[in-house]
Amino acid sequence: MLQDKDRIFTNLYGTHAPDLEAAKQRGAWHLTREMLAQGPDWLCDQVKQSGLRGRGGAGFPTGLKWTFMPKEVGERPHYLVVNADESEPGTCKDREIMRHDPHLLIEGCMVASRAMRAHVCYVYIRGEYIAEREALEKAVREAYEDRLIGKDNVNGWDFDLYVHHGAGAYICGEETALLESLEGKKGQPRLKPPFPANAGLYGCPTTVNNVESIAVVPTILRRGAEWFAGFGRPNNCGTKLFCISGHVNAPCNVEEEMSISFRDLIETHCGGIRGGWDNLKAVIPGGSSVPLLPAEQIMDANMDFDTLRDLKSGLGTAAVIVMDKSTDLIRAIARISYFYKHESCGQCTPCREGTGWMWRVLQRMAKGEAEHAEIDMLLEVSHQVEGHTICALGDAAAWPVQGLIRHFRHEIEDRITLYRTPRALIQGAQVAAE
Amino acid sequence: MALRRFDLEAGGTDFSFAPETEDKIAFWLGKYPSEKKRSAVIPLLWLAQKDNAGWLSEPAMRAVADRLEMPYIRVYEVATFYTMFRLRPVGRHHIQLCGTTPCMLRGAHDLKEVCRDRIGEPFAITDDARLSWEEVECLGACVNAPMVQINDYYYEDLTPERFASVLDQLRNGVDVAPGTFVDRQRSAPLGGATSLLDAGLFDGSRLAQAHLPNLPEPVTDTAQPAAPARTTLIDVQPGPPPERVETASERVDDLRKIKGIGPKAVTQLQALGIYQFAQIAAWSPADVSRIEAALSGAGRVGREDWIAQARLLVQANKEA
Repeated sequence: MLQDKDRIFTNLYGTHAPDLEAAKQRGAWHLTREMLAQGPDWLCDQVKQSGLRGRGGAGFPTGLKWTFMPKEVGERPHYLVVNADESEPGTCKDREIMRHDPHLLIEGCMVASRAMRAHVCYVYIRGEYIAEREALEKAVREAYEDRLIGKDNVNGWDFDLYVHHGAGAYICGEETALLESLEGKKGQPRLKPPFPANAGLYGCPTTVNNVESIAVVPTILRRGAEWFAGFGRPNNCGTKLFCISGHVNAPCNVEEEMSISFRDLIETHCGGIRGGWDNLKAVIPGGSSVPLLPAEQIMDANMDFDTLRDLKSGLGTAAVIVMDKSTDLIRAIARISYFYKHESCGQCTPCREGTGWMWRVLQRMAKGEAEHAEIDMLLEVSHQVEGHTICALGDAAAWPVQGLIRHFRHEIEDRITLYRTPRALIQGAQVAAE
Repeated sequence: MALRRFDLEAGGTDFSFAPETEDKIAFWLGKYPSEKKRSAVIPLLWLAQKDNAGWLSEPAMRAVADRLEMPYIRVYEVATFYTMFRLRPVGRHHIQLCGTTPCMLRGAHDLKEVCRDRIGEPFAITDDARLSWEEVECLGACVNAPMVQINDYYYEDLTPERFASVLDQLRNGVDVAPGTFVDRQRSAPLGGATSLLDAGLFDGSRLAQAHLPNLPEPVTDTAQPAAPARTTLIDVQPGPPPERVETASERVDDLRKIKGIGPKAVTQLQALGIYQFAQIAAWSPADVSRIEAALSGAGRVGREDWIAQARLLVQANKEA
């Protein structure tokens, strides 16, 4: 269980002021100059040693990613782009950072930019987060006025930070789609290679990181890599913001130790499962893209990358969506399928056509209006979408469907059987019951 | 994918930005390299939508294209791709209702019924032109579900009753403050936060830390053969005899100003009684080898030119 003294986001709930003065009081912008003075190698090395894995869903080691940038700045400038296009259903953590602790993010941007020899950083924030954008713009202004960032600033590394915004497209959370969007185009993912570290924004070397991955870095450097690495199981280090939504008594965001057990997480911070633990049916542990897990598998599982991967799900963004026994799981997953149908950018045929097809079939299955053989057909189509698209949206659309069939196939079958039972019989049964 | 077409009829033929929007346009254009101003297309379309009663007409898209010297088709592409650009007229208060699974689990369906009841079908506008609504995908406030966005801001933790009363107030011209509609602090758990209660986080005690941990020690490359006798010019000069210096308690220099000396080396040097630049500046070759042995870093003092650095710092101190 994480203690308060070890929490990074000390103003997660906005109990205190988000402004520069208060942020400094909480420890932001302390010793930043000393960090920057150590240079890129030391910075990358420390972040590597801390075991920090990207907080945007894929869990790629952050320090390693930074080292992919060219070692020398050539004719093309380097860019850091921060992905604040938080749109994965269930996820609402970066929002709290931007509106309540924006200075941790700005400081992190500066340190990360130093580590990848960039002088300019863009923060791409989703269009709907207007209040959060205003809060972040205000904090950026404060940092400029205090000469913490900008040209000839007190921290000794020329650094400009610009806030950019989107306009409602989930796909722009994919890093290359985000870069396309930032260049003023439709957000359609690019083929890789070339990877952004070679040709990213405006064709220049670019690294795209999640807000949380960046915002934790200054505190890691201040407290020491080994401090951060001391939390969680090996290879799953650090603290993490969890967003617990759905059928718990008190949904909330909370920063906890990695590898905390699901039961501890819910009992300590969320007031338990609605209707008690016996009422738990299934959990989506990492945002809508990862397959759901039935109650008996998740209850005592450790919430970290490797445990959940072994359970054929994933930690993703640590957006925990809890569903109790009142949930119509087929409808819940059908709604997720609708989400992916709506958000597919339309570039790759398997995704453009497949997401809509899966949604339509699930809609029918939710009513029971389907054939038993269609369950296997649905599974097969989901496998045809998975892995056959430029970006991971196709995979993300397929996995929830596969998870549903893997663990709750009997529910779909029962519903189809019930639908096919002659109506009269059902009516008769109801009459008899009355 | 969302198939979206724009309304050519409703937008008329003209659009111009409001005069007060010009500053904002300049603000956005200032963020991108001058030859990449196309990057500003989304922010400018958003400003245009604001100036056009909450929706984007075709003339407004053309105005943006002209500003950014973009072909019209490229702007149409962007406007039809991103769902926050509304391609037909909306009410003064346009409600975006999140219907994705986390909100659905907490009762978004009931909110939809309220909208149907109070306003009508999606994108229908009430007769007084005040309200319209649509269902949107996840708005990213899932722990405060169910929620809606009305124009710019989020209204969270709604129930059908609370939501209906918000709609009624808006309809009657009463503004409603955004935020959560239950007694909770933003995204903290209902009933009070379970974390971040330690007052020590907020009293500034973290500023007491003087240096970062894990700072690099200057490299002591043992793989290299022992440094040759020649270290620096300064070493081979006879040099003046070591000055008598004031006792350590009187004056302690920040030895880390000498490049190559880290926090660990400072501790070691101070243990050897060395507190000042002047002491280092006065080292003889014999002193150097004694110190290097104590720091187990052969050749380090010469390689990093501590003595020359120290002399400069002494000089600087005198001048200061």
